[in-house]
Amino acid sequence: MSDASLVLELTVLVLAAFLGFEVISKVPTMLHTPLMSGANFIHGIVIVGAIIVLGGAEDTFTRVVGFAAMVLATANVVGGWFVTDRMLGMFKRRPEPKKEKDGA
Amino acid sequence: MISDPDVVGLLYLVTIVCFVVALKFLSSPRHARKGNWVGGAGMLVAIATTLALDGIGNWALILVGLVAGTVVGVVGARTVRMTAMPQMVAVFNGVGGGAAALVALAEWHTLADPVRDESTSIVLSALIGSISFAGSVVAFAKLQELVSGRPIVFPGQNVVDSLILLGAAGLGIAAIAGLEEQWVLYLLIALSLLFGVMFVLPIGGADMPVVISLLNAFTGLAASATGFVLDSTVLIVSGMLVGAAGTLLTLLMAKAMNRSVANVLFGAFGQVHAGPGAARADDGRTVRATTPEDVAVQLSFARKVIVAPGYGMAVAQAQHDVRQLADLLEERGVEVKYAIHPVAGRMPGHMNVLLAEANVPYTQLFEMDEINPEFPQTDVVLVIGANDVTNPAARSDPSSPIYGMPILDVDKAASVVVMKRSLNPGFAGIDNELYLDPKTTMLFGDAKDSVLKLISAVKAL
Repeated sequence: MSDASLVLELTVLVLAAFLGFEVISKVPTMLHTPLMSGANFIHGIVIVGAIIVLGGAEDTFTRVVGFAAMVLATANVVGGWFVTDRMLGMFKRRPEPKKEKDGA
Repeated sequence: MISDPDVVGLLYLVTIVCFVVALKFLSSPRHARKGNWVGGAGMLVAIATTLALDGIGNWALILVGLVAGTVVGVVGARTVRMTAMPQMVAVFNGVGGGAAALVALAEWHTLADPVRDESTSIVLSALIGSISFAGSVVAFAKLQELVSGRPIVFPGQNVVDSLILLGAAGLGIAAIAGLEEQWVLYLLIALSLLFGVMFVLPIGGADMPVVISLLNAFTGLAASATGFVLDSTVLIVSGMLVGAAGTLLTLLMAKAMNRSVANVLFGAFGQVHAGPGAARADDGRTVRATTPEDVAVQLSFARKVIVAPGYGMAVAQAQHDVRQLADLLEERGVEVKYAIHPVAGRMPGHMNVLLAEANVPYTQLFEMDEINPEFPQTDVVLVIGANDVTNPAARSDPSSPIYGMPILDVDKAASVVVMKRSLNPGFAGIDNELYLDPKTTMLFGDAKDSVLKLISAVKAL
């Protein structure tokens, strides 16, 4: 990694932080649990690292460690996504026709 | 196989855009679920792209890993009860942190002569990832009640913790400075794991929303650090998005308790105040118990009822019955609303998820600032398993540990019914003035039992 690309990556990092704050501050309190769970799913992106490490492993140690990372990261991705989907599926406006008062 | 780095970069860019869109869609419950699908598509693009990279081998292991992880993930996510959600969030957070630390460990092993910024990233990823993993495991154990939810403390704890963290940091600096022995990172990971355990142990159940958010941020940052090791922008950006989300939630939760993040994490709140409960009625005021029948009458003839749920409702899994009771009351023309305190429960937004599971329309749920002005015009407030978030001492008693914490002003309503298992203080370990208020009556018992009794009493009217 050359210095130029390090600076570029740091730039990207800082911009991503601002973007994250901007986007996430718009999420209503009501959806904070799904937000956390959705964020959980997103950090499952570490699966990319797991694939690269395991896919390029040439000795037993790296294979073992990479495989463990692979399992954990996959569980993160899959579990995080399904939990989020399940939760969001429950948020409903009006589940049954009822009196139309205090509807926001 | 894709060998053009530009194509790879563009495909990863698609993933980044999908993730940002997924988060943007979360700003409304109407689009949120669609957003999750977009995020899922982005993840598939990233996984497919990575698998198609040049030089990826060990296919059998990758495949077995994918299948094993998928089975664990699907089974875990599908079978867990909604009331166990905070634990589940902690688990999936922990595995991500663990994966980041393991990737760092493998890179440390593989890289023959890491340059300084590579070893810096490896150290950070290993350190933060391990803390997040161990911390999440302890958080899980506490929420699952495998270990006591109360703060676990011993003298000199902060000193010991600081030494452990300093030790890990010292090793990290040594590694960055060029000490490229294998054992350095092993020991660093071991110390970080230990620190993760020590750091969550003293934190009480009521402070869990802060801890879970913080661990979420940690895992994001660990993933981001991994991105620097592997020169992968998709990891850097996605990890940072999560880091930002977790940080923001941590700050919001701490603010909702009127405490600094440091106070929540290192204050070991709540273990000192468990004084003798008998001293409570010294000033002549006493707690008045009531019966389900009385409460049923109170509720049925009210114009407006506000339900203030807390962790007790989650523990008793009473959310479905609460909704049924609310439906019954609405049929009788009573206006029913729910007051949601930001830190009610064990994670941010916990009550919203539980009530959503019970099919309560989200238009009936109100945040603290929205609902507080309505309490003076409310006939009955039904406090279900919430304690500290309703304690008026937070407004009036400067000596109270929760003084200054914004609370639900339930004591401003015409009458208050508190459903509680016993007079034991809440997780913060302090007495609640509300229970001595002449407007307040107490309905003792498990929240679910009490609500079921209320339902039959209302029906019998």
